[in-house]
Amino acid sequence: MITKNAPEREEIEHLLPWHAAGTLSHRDAKRVEDALAADPDLARQYALVREELGETIILNEKLGAPSARAMETLFRKIDAEPVRKPAVSLNLADRLGAFLSGLAPRKLALAGGIAAIALILQAGIIAAILLNETAPGGYQTASAPSRAPIGGSFAMIRFADKAPAADITAFLDSNKLTVVGGPLAGGLYRVRIAATALPKDDVARMIKLLQQDKTVEFIATTD
Amino acid sequence: MQTTPDDVLIGRIANGDRLAMQVLYARHHVRVYRFVLRLVRNEATAEDLISEVFLDVWRQAGKFEGRSQVSTWLLSIARFKALSALRKRGEAELDDEVAEAIVDTADDPQATLEKKDTAAILRNALTALSAEHREIVDLVYYHEKSVEEVAEIVGIPEATVKTRMFYARKKLSEVLKAQGIERGWP
Repeated sequence: MITKNAPEREEIEHLLPWHAAGTLSHRDAKRVEDALAADPDLARQYALVREELGETIILNEKLGAPSARAMETLFRKIDAEPVRKPAVSLNLADRLGAFLSGLAPRKLALAGGIAAIALILQAGIIAAILLNETAPGGYQTASAPSRAPIGGSFAMIRFADKAPAADITAFLDSNKLTVVGGPLAGGLYRVRIAATALPKDDVARMIKLLQQDKTVEFIATTD
Repeated sequence: MQTTPDDVLIGRIANGDRLAMQVLYARHHVRVYRFVLRLVRNEATAEDLISEVFLDVWRQAGKFEGRSQVSTWLLSIARFKALSALRKRGEAELDDEVAEAIVDTADDPQATLEKKDTAAILRNALTALSAEHREIVDLVYYHEKSVEEVAEIVGIPEATVKTRMFYARKKLSEVLKAQGIERGWP
């Protein structure tokens, strides 16, 4: 039975290789799974895609690895390069450290205080934005916010330093994630990735998909 | 265990950290090598090219903006280097190599035995695809790149990525059909 209209079916058909490789967004993966369940022809084609995927991996793995010559050549060339002065670090913490080390003690104390206040404010703002969302399936009374324990599957996540709040919000929305805790040590947040306790394999697959997003710096499963 | 993220390594490499370069190389060189080798089909050339790819990383690390994954950036550089090498070698020579690769397999008694194995025939057909189609199949299936990442590496719109992959798969079915394997698609 074919339930999709032709353009939508074609779009799903084009996404099959990425679905097999596990590189679709959670939303697209769900669309493909729904279509596969309803369309036996598409499911047969998906079986071929999985076959191609497996053989492509075997083919590539059989290619072996380069000899040590490649690495030796590389580092010989690197050693022949002019010695470079350390550039301005891309890392905010490194730049801040370098700036602070150049200050006199009184100025240093003042700058340290300002930096600490700025960090607290930033963490507060991010937490306020993220925790403002209501957990899907949960409830909130008019008189007080819900603090009832929620079930489901969870992960710990740290967002990329440069990720704008709008991108983080869009990422959470599109993947139906809910922040249920944090920020914790190391800038980690606890997020609910599914409303039910999923099998370990399903959670691992979801984590792999979420990991691809540019806003995510680190993500791992948690109880 | 959490390893140092690639973009942090790139930041250190930008500051001249040789050890960070060794870590990045150890982490990615095999996949970059295989990607290049599938394009240029020559092991010595592929080895030379990966040295050049990582030398570019050493030189350009300060310009990496972190908008994409480091592995995506590496494959973009590798692709550029591989295509430049192919252009130097000339298309005629390349076409000969493709034909040779297919004929060689067919003449090999072991390969003839293997031909009874559908999986081996499929791998043979994957080898016989054009460079453009081999590249996209490898990026999607082996290097696990998303539509957006493939678009960035190959330098084509996302819609073209999807249709190119579709036609690569269609071509694969045609090659298989010519070898007596009917897949029932397209």
